[in-house]
Amino acid sequence: MSRFFRNQGWVAGLFALLIFLFVITKLIQPGYGSGDFGSLARAVLPYAFAVAAQTVVVIAGGIDLSVAAMMALTSVTAASMMNGASEEYALFVVPFVLAMGFVLGALNGILIVVTRVPDIVVTLATLFVLQGAALLVLGAPGGAAAEWLKASVIGTAPIPGLPDWADAWVPRALVLLVVCLCIVWIPLTRSRLGLSIYAIGSNELAAFRSGVPVARTRIIAYALSGLFAAMGGLSLTISTGIGAPIPGPYLLASVAAVVLGGVALGGGKGGLFGPIIAVFVLRLVRTDLTLLAIDPNVTAIIEGLIMVAVVMFGAFITIRGRPAGATP
Amino acid sequence: MTDIATMPRPVSFGRRIKRFMADRPLIPLIILLIILVAILQILRPGIVNERWLANTAKFAIPLAILAGCQTMTMLTGGIDLSVGTVATMSAFIMATQIVSQDPTVAFLLAILPAVLIGLVNGIGVGVFRVHPLIMTLGTSLIGTGFLQVYQRTVIASGAKIPDFLNWLGTGVTYGFPNALLLFVPVAVLIVFMLNRTGFGRLLYAVGDNERAARLSGVRYWQVITALYVLSSLLAGITGLLYIGLIKAPSLSLAEPLVLPSVAAAVIGGTSIFGGRGGYTGTIIGALILTVLTTLLTILQMPEGGRRILFGFIVLFVTAAYLRIIEDR
Repeated sequence: MSRFFRNQGWVAGLFALLIFLFVITKLIQPGYGSGDFGSLARAVLPYAFAVAAQTVVVIAGGIDLSVAAMMALTSVTAASMMNGASEEYALFVVPFVLAMGFVLGALNGILIVVTRVPDIVVTLATLFVLQGAALLVLGAPGGAAAEWLKASVIGTAPIPGLPDWADAWVPRALVLLVVCLCIVWIPLTRSRLGLSIYAIGSNELAAFRSGVPVARTRIIAYALSGLFAAMGGLSLTISTGIGAPIPGPYLLASVAAVVLGGVALGGGKGGLFGPIIAVFVLRLVRTDLTLLAIDPNVTAIIEGLIMVAVVMFGAFITIRGRPAGATP
Repeated sequence: MTDIATMPRPVSFGRRIKRFMADRPLIPLIILLIILVAILQILRPGIVNERWLANTAKFAIPLAILAGCQTMTMLTGGIDLSVGTVATMSAFIMATQIVSQDPTVAFLLAILPAVLIGLVNGIGVGVFRVHPLIMTLGTSLIGTGFLQVYQRTVIASGAKIPDFLNWLGTGVTYGFPNALLLFVPVAVLIVFMLNRTGFGRLLYAVGDNERAARLSGVRYWQVITALYVLSSLLAGITGLLYIGLIKAPSLSLAEPLVLPSVAAAVIGGTSIFGGRGGYTGTIIGALILTVLTTLLTILQMPEGGRRILFGFIVLFVTAAYLRIIEDR
């Protein structure tokens, strides 16, 4: 039974919860329509990328505390590069920032492999470093984003063959999210590399003895995490039009969504779909609280409590899931 | 013959330095501190005088107490990132409640949230086995939310700094800052507790080998809960001291001290993996960081650069200690 839950059942249950929350939202606010769904998708965007970044490393058996700081750094870099530049220049900025995220993420992995310091300490140190670098790039919130980039998350995406009423429920932000995640994730899970990432997360020694290049796989997992974080940073710049050097609450949110999405914090289990659904659930709870006219600051408290409760629950399940007598 | 038997094997210079560092970590730290002060004196001749010493001590003391929280939690393999929020909360509540309340009542109200956050941290880490970093980050997020709601309710009443805290935080008597009146007992207490009491030994035991400690009858969750409550309590008291020094209650008052407090404990020789370290090293670590900050300010290094440097210090020192331990 618990095994069934830990596999697909968990994600299915989560999906049911999401639909249940949509029904509740509709009950609270009968006017909740496609436009509101669009703004939900926009709000989810940076969170979803942060969660994707966290998911990759957690599956590989690690954790990345520098996700939020990486997003801040990539966001300010993009914003300050696009500030006052031409629209076409952004065509260069986007790949540059993505490459930067990839390289910095790989650096995280290299530091972990070379220094042999545990991932949690290394990424804590890089959290400081990236935060400092973000402050050096942009001392205060500012910069700009190209208009066509901003337009890429606003409105709906016309999909041929779909009637207008259905098309209204396909916001561009959602399309962007799905496309970006699929481009990286689907080839990854189909490849030997993806299998290696799951292998080192589930049992590093066994993976090593079966010939998986553990060090290289770990570095690539962190590099992919950096890439997703850079996408998150870009989406932040695009949706707000500026870059802010202070990291948002994405670290805790990403860990909470990873746990809620059925990815074991020990590594080796789960997929990307669950955590992404979990992000929608967490954001929709926030929307509902706002619709209930609760003070936004109180909403922040409730959200924090939910996230901490989720993480506590996840940790509890992890202890229970272990065979008796295993080292905690 | 006995000569040969007792003659030590020739040891290379590098190994000897490593062994020396591992056996007497305080001496290289003190040398580093003296070097930094000397550099300061060379850059700005005449800066090192009685007033500068008192001033440095004044700013090092809140950092040293918060670093004490980190030292104690790190000894068990944990970390307490909520100290900044806790200190800010108690400082802000004190400054706003003193306007209308009796000082004792205001003090109790200011300390109450510290104890509560410590309790939640302890239960989350000790009972539910959440990673301390995630747990304390979560509670600090929740705490900030509560503080924002609280700020709305007291916005009309204004704030003031109690005279006593002002005297304690800023005052200097015969060249000695009054804050020493608080710090010396606290420091003696922590050192005494860690070295001479059963509780202190339990902290080392839990951090060194948790499973062994448990099997020998240590009630893990009780030790951890007591530890995090104590850590939060110290952070709350630091907040009261800090508000007397900074004199401007804000919602991010003690937040800039969090990263340096971790760095100070790491520099002081406390292992972030638990089981090794002590408070005397941490105090010197806090002094080093305070002098270093002065130095960086004189060199006009921006805040971002300082954070980058702190990040690298944490990483480098942790990696170095790891090598030293492996060597023995």
